[in-house]
Amino acid sequence: MLEIRHLSKTFFKGTPNENPALQDIDLTLQKGDFVTVIGSNGAGKSTLFNAIAGSFLCESGTILLDGEDITYQKEHKRARNISRIFQNPMVGTAPDLTIEENLALSFNGANKHAFARAVTKKDIAYFRSLLSTLDMGLEDRLKTKIGLLSGGQRQAVSLLMCTMTVPKLLLLDEHTAALDPVTAEKVLSLTSQIVKEKQITTMMITHNIQSALALGNRTIMLEHGKIVLDLKEEQRRNLDVAGLLKLYRELCGKELDNDRMLLTNE
Amino acid sequence: MNIPFFIDSAMLGLQYAMLALGVFITFRILNIPDLTVEGSFTFGIAVSGILTANGHPFLGLLLAVLAGAAAGIVTGFLQTTCGIHPILAGILTMSGLYTVNITVLGGPNVNLLDCDKFFTFAVNLFPYAYRTVVKGVLILLICALAVFLLSLFFKTAFGLSIRATGNNEDMVRASSINTTKTKITAIAIANGLVALSGGIVSQYQGFSDINSGSGMIVIGLASVIIGEVIFGRRSVTIGIISAVVGSVVYYLIIALALSANIFSSNALKLLSAVIVGITLAFPTFKTKIAEYQMRRHALKTRSR
Ligand SMILES: Nc1ncnc2c1ncn2[C@@H]1O[C@H](COP(=O)(O)OP(=O)(O)O)[C@@H](O)[C@H]1O
Ligand SMILES: [Mg+2]
Repeated sequence: MLEIRHLSKTFFKGTPNENPALQDIDLTLQKGDFVTVIGSNGAGKSTLFNAIAGSFLCESGTILLDGEDITYQKEHKRARNISRIFQNPMVGTAPDLTIEENLALSFNGANKHAFARAVTKKDIAYFRSLLSTLDMGLEDRLKTKIGLLSGGQRQAVSLLMCTMTVPKLLLLDEHTAALDPVTAEKVLSLTSQIVKEKQITTMMITHNIQSALALGNRTIMLEHGKIVLDLKEEQRRNLDVAGLLKLYRELCGKELDNDRMLLTNE
Repeated sequence: MNIPFFIDSAMLGLQYAMLALGVFITFRILNIPDLTVEGSFTFGIAVSGILTANGHPFLGLLLAVLAGAAAGIVTGFLQTTCGIHPILAGILTMSGLYTVNITVLGGPNVNLLDCDKFFTFAVNLFPYAYRTVVKGVLILLICALAVFLLSLFFKTAFGLSIRATGNNEDMVRASSINTTKTKITAIAIANGLVALSGGIVSQYQGFSDINSGSGMIVIGLASVIIGEVIFGRRSVTIGIISAVVGSVVYYLIIALALSANIFSSNALKLLSAVIVGITLAFPTFKTKIAEYQMRRHALKTRSR
């Protein structure tokens, strides 16, 4: 499904600030995989996502999505197949547009002619039914500007927008980190529900080690731009948070350092 | 009170309404202050002027729109593909256009008084009606058509992506929308409208002058802002209507100031600049004042 070969990205190459953010990354995802991604601050997790989504080009390596070489494809072209949600709820939606207009933005790309009406009655009925699955009462507020919603509500709408047309790959970059614990839990369970239902190949960065191990079918850990741990099946099933921290210590010779990381079982 | 003078001013406002619409599109929808306006307005004047002088008033307006749009495409290209700061991109196009405009016009100004204009046919059609009324109704119809078409356009799928580009470019870039395309299109439409305004104004005035464009960005901004004061910032459609109304009200205010002898016509540009400056600074001052009061309140309660 996703095949990354020898991918390297160095920021400020050839200057004193040279920063090898990704070093020779190899990663293959199967269709329907749900991979959680962990690692300390600055390990290169977001950089990996940015590289896959095409925010910048990498100096070496190839990225294949569904057999297609997308290494040099433009970001907005890749976006047809790759959806992303970021930590900051402000990033994923346009605040001055209404809920229905935001949803229409994602819906129209694949479904409409450029000069067709942006939001039709039929669309509204569809959006209403989608929103009602969130159970947040948003189905009655289609004409509300999205900037007036809470962070959790905006993130939930982003989730709908990103999965409405099923993407080949969904990238979630700490998308619940800015939410209060209760809302975070809700958005997280919505995420796993949608991903399971639509069988979307997903990568999710999280600082919550427990949910990293509980959700999905595979966990990778990045450190200094390298994948240092790749946990699947048996090994992953038998691992708890303490076990993972121990593994990290043995591998890297130090404690896992991430100021926001939740190291304990809640 | 000098009624005909105010009617003329309102009509002037309608002629400049297309300018306000162009500025509304870049400044409010795209969220980019676009200085191309100063050049593209004159570009419209020049193209429409030279064609009117040669007996093609309608073609003049049509080509004015295309000329303005072309200028917009240049600015858009500089901003997106070349990565030049939006303000600088606009200044570059505007500055370059001066040469283009004076070449097109073939001199600093052209007199159109004796030529057929685009409204001549309508005036001839209703020989017993007042000339001013016919001209007024015609410009009103043009404005209504522009408002109608633009509101429709910004409700299409593509129009929505333009609005989203101005509202949250990061999001749009991460979705499958090409922001280079949305930006260039919007800037082209905006400057097409501005040039149309220039073309209409010069035909109504009966002459084309190379220096008519200076200060147009401020007049456009003032109109947009006055419209927002009246209608508030709501939907796009309301925004589009309020830009037109804002333009008319702006010229009425100017007329009032002139007829009351408060200002000489030389003071108009300064007056407009001050109005726009104050209005744009308003939100910042509001927060500053709120912060000041908060601090004073905190100091008072602490010293107690
Ligand atoms: N656009 C960028 N330009 C320069 N340096 C960057 C950029 N993005 C990330 N970096 C650097 O790359 C390293 C990895 O960052 P990142 O991938 O954001 O870490 P994290 O694993 O916490 O998400 C950090 O040292 C960061 O400073
Ligand atoms: Mg990160």
